[in-house]
Formats: sequence, C-alpha cells, structure tokens
Amino acid sequence: MQQKAVTDFSKERVIEIKHLNKSFGPLDVLKQVDLELYKGENLVVLGKSGTGKSVLIKILVGLLKPDSGSVVVLGKKVDQISYKELLALRLKVGFSFQNSALYDSMTVRENLEFPLVRNQRSISKAEKNKAVEEILEAVGLSQAINQMPSELSGGQRKRIGIARTLILQPEIMLYDEPTAGLDPITCLDINSLINEVQERFHTSSIVITHDLTCAKAVGNRIAMLLDGKFACQGTFDEVFGHKDERVKAFYDYNFIE
Amino acid sequence: MKKRGSNPAKTAKRPGKITRMFLTLFDVGQFIVRFFKEGFLPPYEGRELINQCYNIGYRSLLLISTTGFITGMVFTKQSRPSLSEFGATSWLPSLVAIALLRTLAPLLTGLIAAGKVGSSIGAELGSMRVTEQIDAMEVSATNPFKFLVSTRVLAATITIPILTFYTAMVGMLGALLNVTVNEGTSAAAFFQSSLESITFLDIIASTFKAIIFGFTIGVVGCYQGYNSSKGTEGVGKAANSSVVIAMFLIFLEEVISVQFFSLFRSV
Repeated sequence: MQQKAVTDFSKERVIEIKHLNKSFGPLDVLKQVDLELYKGENLVVLGKSGTGKSVLIKILVGLLKPDSGSVVVLGKKVDQISYKELLALRLKVGFSFQNSALYDSMTVRENLEFPLVRNQRSISKAEKNKAVEEILEAVGLSQAINQMPSELSGGQRKRIGIARTLILQPEIMLYDEPTAGLDPITCLDINSLINEVQERFHTSSIVITHDLTCAKAVGNRIAMLLDGKFACQGTFDEVFGHKDERVKAFYDYNFIE
Repeated sequence: MKKRGSNPAKTAKRPGKITRMFLTLFDVGQFIVRFFKEGFLPPYEGRELINQCYNIGYRSLLLISTTGFITGMVFTKQSRPSLSEFGATSWLPSLVAIALLRTLAPLLTGLIAAGKVGSSIGAELGSMRVTEQIDAMEVSATNPFKFLVSTRVLAATITIPILTFYTAMVGMLGALLNVTVNEGTSAAAFFQSSLESITFLDIIASTFKAIIFGFTIGVVGCYQGYNSSKGTEGVGKAANSSVVIAMFLIFLEEVISVQFFSLFRSV
C-alpha cells in the first residue's frame, strides 16, 4: 500500500470549521468539531459508519444546517448566506455522492450537460460537447457517453459522478465514500482518479471514507472522527501511531478484516 | 454558540397528532407559496415543462379515451329507461352533455389522473429523493424545486383541463353511438340538441374545476415525493399517499365547487 507524499501546502484555508455541533433528535452526531482544509491538499476524514462523516460534508454544501458553530467555505459562512449566494458557492464546491446519484432517466451525456446548461445558459452546443468529451476523457470513460446509468458498473458510475462534479470546474471537491461497495482493483482506480483530479484540476478535497487503503493512497492529511469528535489529525503514520486505543482498534480491525 | 444539551430538537416533546397535522398543513402551504414564488420567475425550464405536459397529457390519452367513451355510452344506456317512462328520450343528448361537462368529465379525468399521474410523480420524485438525485441537483447549483416541482405542477394544471374537454368529447361520442343505434338519431341532431343545452357557465365551471384538480394532483404528488424518506418504503408510501390524498381532495373540491357554481345558476 503506497502512502501518498506529504507536501507542504499553502496555509490558505479554503474551509474552516469551528465548534460545529449537529444532532438528530437525541443523538449527538458532531460535537464541537474543528477542522481546516488548506488550498491544494487532500484531507481524508476517517471514521466508522454512523460517526457523522457524511453529515459533516453535507453541512459544508448547505444540504444540512448546523445546530451551532461556524462553517466558512471559501470565505462564506454557509449557514448565514442567502440561497442565491449558496448556489453561487456550490458552483465552486463539487460533491461526489456515495451512490453516485446519477440521474437515472438521463444518459451519461445528459447527466454531464445538466449542471453545465443550468449554470451557463448561453453556452453553445459546440462548447457543451467539448466540455463533456474532455471531462469523459479525463475520467477514462469516453465510450460511455450515450449509455444509461443503469448500464454502467459501480466503478463507472462513480467516475461519471465525479465527472459531473468536475464539469463545473470546482475549487473544492468533497468525496463521500468514493470506494464504498467497489472491488479492490476498482478501488485502486478510483484512488488514482482522486489523485489525478487533485493534480490536473488543482482542487482541494475532503475525502470521507472508512477504507484505510484509500486514506493512505489519497490523503495528504488524515483526520480521525470518533464519537463525534476528531480524535487526531496528521499524516497517516502520525494518526495510526497515536496512543488512543480507539484509533489503534480502527487500524487493527481494518487489516484483520 | 449554544451549549451542549440546549438543542431544542432534543429537549422538545414530540408534538401530538393535531399539532403534527397543522404543522404538515403549514408545510404544504409553504410548498405552494414557494411554487408561486419560484415557478414563474426566470430562468424558465420550458423544455422540461413540455416534456412533463407530454408525459401527463399524451401518455394518459388511451386510458382517458377508453374511460370517457365507455362512461358516455353506459350513462346514456342507464338513463334511457327513466327518460322513456316520461317519453323524454329525446332529452338524452342534453342530459348526457350536461352531466358530462358539469361533473363526469372533470371528476373522471381528475380521478384517473390522480391515480396515473399522481402516483407516477410521487414515485419518481420519491425515488430521486432517496437515491440523493435531488441533493445532487442542489449541490450542482441547480434549483431542484424549480426543475422538478414547478414544471410538474404547472404541467398538471395545464393538461388536466385539456384532458377534461377531451374526455367530455369522447364521452359524447360514446353517447352518440348508443343513441344512434337505439333511436336512430343523426350526429347533427344529436350535437345540436346537446350543444344547445350547454351554457357558458358550464364551460367556465368545468374549466375552473379541472384547473383546481390538476393543481391539486401536481402539488400533492410533488409534495409527497419531494419530502419522502425512509428508503424504498418511503417511495411506495409517497406514491400511495399521492393517490389517496389527491382523490380525497378532488371529491372535496367537487362538492365545494358544485355548491359555489349553483349560486350562479337559475335552475
């Protein structure tokens, strides 16, 4: 398992979360969470299922509202801006869903065109075609352009989901469990794609996962979410050299499994 | 910043049934207000609106035609014995025309559309909700309410009145067939007699009812689907409740509108 090189990123914060709390009924999901994402880095948020990892990134794009705390994305307080400002912010923040969330009544081409034509109303047909072809080439699925989502494999669906997000050229990418439900070889392909996206499109990313192979391969920095709080943050070796028994148990369980 | 434990969601008692019903009604009210606020403002989703009109209107034609034709024919057949007792079978065209236009066509079309269109909208949006396709639209800086809800509600409101008049017309053809076979009445005489009995108020009332029914079917289907949860079970529930609630509201609206328009009728 190759560990991703740790690079010294600029200290420009593109995401800044302070004292974030979120609960659903009596269940405290996120408790006083603090987190920063620096420009150009891939940050992996690791944690067991149900620890609030997906909730965290859904708050970042305004799909969920925080109970309290401050969430600043590209200089905007997500929970305090108008809907119009939120839509403008979402153009700069791509979100790749766990189950890809492709529009199943549309072909791959229509899926990719959908965000494009709605956000660039004056775009010409030639420009649209060029953008779609380029992005499909970037994710290695040019041949799937006229297929329906139901005709694609799980890995292909993930790639198209990422392509649909990238077509708007976001500054930040949020990946929700990008390797969940995929075979090990396809997982490696998706890990490579996440790294390629970081290099080619100069994005800053948060990758939500419980897959340690993925975390090691794509993460410049790892943050371990346990019981609604970040137990530790750092490089892969720093995190798993941590003395917290819960962190060690997570590591051991993943490799025994 | 709130302290832990002060979250109202955790400390508040679960509201009772009556309170929940009023909260839902308030939520539906907000949903409708949002439709009027966003549905008529640019950017317009013209292509999707046409697509939905095609889905709701054109794809319901076969069912509507069959039902309308059979209703017209059977209604005529069932009405004949009563009229013939008074030697008034010549009134059949008028009776059928009035019954179809005032009540049968709007009600039949509304109920059929509630079953076919309402369930389809509820299931489609419900499925899109649980598979995060609606969230995917949100995060790609698209307003899913405008694209999914406004277009469907508007399409239902436009197409149901058209389908209603189509049902009335097909129903009249069914009645004509029956009358021609039994009484030997010509088509010209049949239509002259039936059209003479229809007033402008009948047309206005029928159009008004059909618009309200269409709007109801669209809003109920979209509301149930757009707010569905709990996975596949939620999709089924959204489809089912879209039909049940829409049908109940259509009957209620029919009763109210009959009372309302009877105020303007001399007989």
